Amino acid sequence: MSATNTETGFPQAGAVVQRGPLELTLRRLARDRASLAALGFIILLVMFALCAPLIEGATGHSAIEQYRTTGLSEMGLPVVPNSEFVLGTDHLGRDVLVRLAYGARISLLVGVLASLAAALIGLTVGMIAGYVGGATDTVLSRVMDLVMSVPFLLCALALVSVFGPSLGLSVGVIVFFSWTTMGRVIRAEVNSLRKREFVEASRSLGAGPVSIMLRDILPNLSVPIIIYTTMMIPSAIVFEATLSFLGLGIVPPTPSWGGMLADAAANSVYLVAWWLVIFPGTALLLTTLSFNILGDGLRDALDPKARPIRLVKKVRKADKA
Amino acid sequence: MINFILKRLGFAALILVVLSAFVFFLFFVAPGDPARMIAGDKATETQLVQIRTNLGLDRPIHEQYVSFVGKALQGDLGFSYRNQQPVTKLIINRIPATISLVIGGVIFWLVIGIPVGIMSARHPGSIRDRVGQGFILLGLSFPTFVLGMLSLYVLYFLPKQAGFTLFPAGGYKSFTKDPLIWAWYLFLPWTTLALVTAAIYARLTRGHLLQVMGEDYIRTARAKGLSERKVLFKHGLRSTLTPLVTQLGADIALLLGGAIVIEQVYGLQGVGALAVQAVKNQDRPIIIGVVLLGGFFIVITNIIVDLLYAVLDPRVS
Repeated sequence: MSATNTETGFPQAGAVVQRGPLELTLRRLARDRASLAALGFIILLVMFALCAPLIEGATGHSAIEQYRTTGLSEMGLPVVPNSEFVLGTDHLGRDVLVRLAYGARISLLVGVLASLAAALIGLTVGMIAGYVGGATDTVLSRVMDLVMSVPFLLCALALVSVFGPSLGLSVGVIVFFSWTTMGRVIRAEVNSLRKREFVEASRSLGAGPVSIMLRDILPNLSVPIIIYTTMMIPSAIVFEATLSFLGLGIVPPTPSWGGMLADAAANSVYLVAWWLVIFPGTALLLTTLSFNILGDGLRDALDPKARPIRLVKKVRKADKA
Repeated sequence: MINFILKRLGFAALILVVLSAFVFFLFFVAPGDPARMIAGDKATETQLVQIRTNLGLDRPIHEQYVSFVGKALQGDLGFSYRNQQPVTKLIINRIPATISLVIGGVIFWLVIGIPVGIMSARHPGSIRDRVGQGFILLGLSFPTFVLGMLSLYVLYFLPKQAGFTLFPAGGYKSFTKDPLIWAWYLFLPWTTLALVTAAIYARLTRGHLLQVMGEDYIRTARAKGLSERKVLFKHGLRSTLTPLVTQLGADIALLLGGAIVIEQVYGLQGVGALAVQAVKNQDRPIIIGVVLLGGFFIVITNIIVDLLYAVLDPRVS
């Protein structure tokens, strides 16, 4: 009872600490163990990707060189993970570990780059559609509907078959087909924000539309922007891996996870060499999983209202009573 | 109501116009000479001119586009550069495999996804909800081809090494010959497709139910003394049908245009596999045909979904 106030007899309350929104968010996130684990994995992955040249140096294996004498068995099959090739070799005798590290660079680069670009386009279009309204809104909304209902993988196939696969085209295709989600969300948000009093106040003080959009509305969109950009990264990574898996993304011999899995699937090599599918497959799965978990965690931390309420359960208990 | 349908039909037509213009300009205006692709590298200049005249490639672009659309509407998509067969016939040959895949996949993912969503939403925050959410997260994160390759490894290769055949490695067997063999060959593709897609439906069901179960009309239903089960299934799920139907329409349309990845992993000779082969062979008429077919399915399912929408949701007018 040392914490009891001697005069009133009430337990002494702890000092009130003022916490800003950032701190509150970080504290909520820090309590979410799944998100922390996901964040930890993403940091490790980034380090793994950054350290690719170091891994190359340590193993002495380049990502594209084929080690036909040491990296292939006498029958010309891939070598199981051993002390020289920690994660084994692929069908051409290349080091899976080194390729995995360089592949991580491609995945992260494409995932983050494409998501940022798509977010920027979605933000711009959504903001204009939501703020200007009227005919502009109708046209932009139809365009978003159209892009959303187009068979994107088929169109990507068609584009790649004409222009040939490349990193730039992959990013372009991914951006083109993923900005609409952000666009729709932002449009809806802006549409309701623009009718609020603070916008009216700003307007009556003489602010122009651009100023209102950038100075008054944009800061209010930070939560959806952060959440949806994070959520877009895993889709972009899977999209790139899928394109590479179909032979339409990153051009071999540049290593990419999708390309590595495609190599493994060709002639079903992976059936005799499980490491060819387990390592890149797990890397890909854990990466998308981590970004998805982090996205969910960020949503809960930034917007605690959106957490599910336990309505049904309460009522059910009452029902039984 | 009529206004609504007309509006949606207009949008459907717009999709087709945009897609046809996209493929047309991509293939007839983009780099690469179609005549040379057909004739090969050894063709003489006179042969090339001959081919161009035959295809109408020497006419102005807008005339070419109009005749291209006109022919496409009559089901004439030209001939494959590779083996000179009509594209329409090549595609039609591939449709049974794709449709079989989609039908089974849809049934499987609805049967898995919706119950998981309901289970999750009925006990929010409970251990069952956590299992459901874990399923959703995993399903949304699993790249289709990784799951496909893993299933083949575990369910085809490992049993085969142990000396028995649990599932075949892939390929398509006709339904009319033997439905059982057909289903056996499609079982792994179905489950793979279903597991990655069911997550979307589970999430949709869960999210919508959680939202709807807090609404006034549900309280009214409970106040009437209905059992929780009846409230959930008759009133809660009823309104969840609308978003589910929308999602289902979009997914079916997308897959009918070629379940590209699954067909590739399991060696199913469907429309998607045809498109991938065509890209590798630079066989442009086939790619055009498949993209247009995809657009056609999207338009058809869009119309069906809109009609269903009008039936399901009394607010649509």
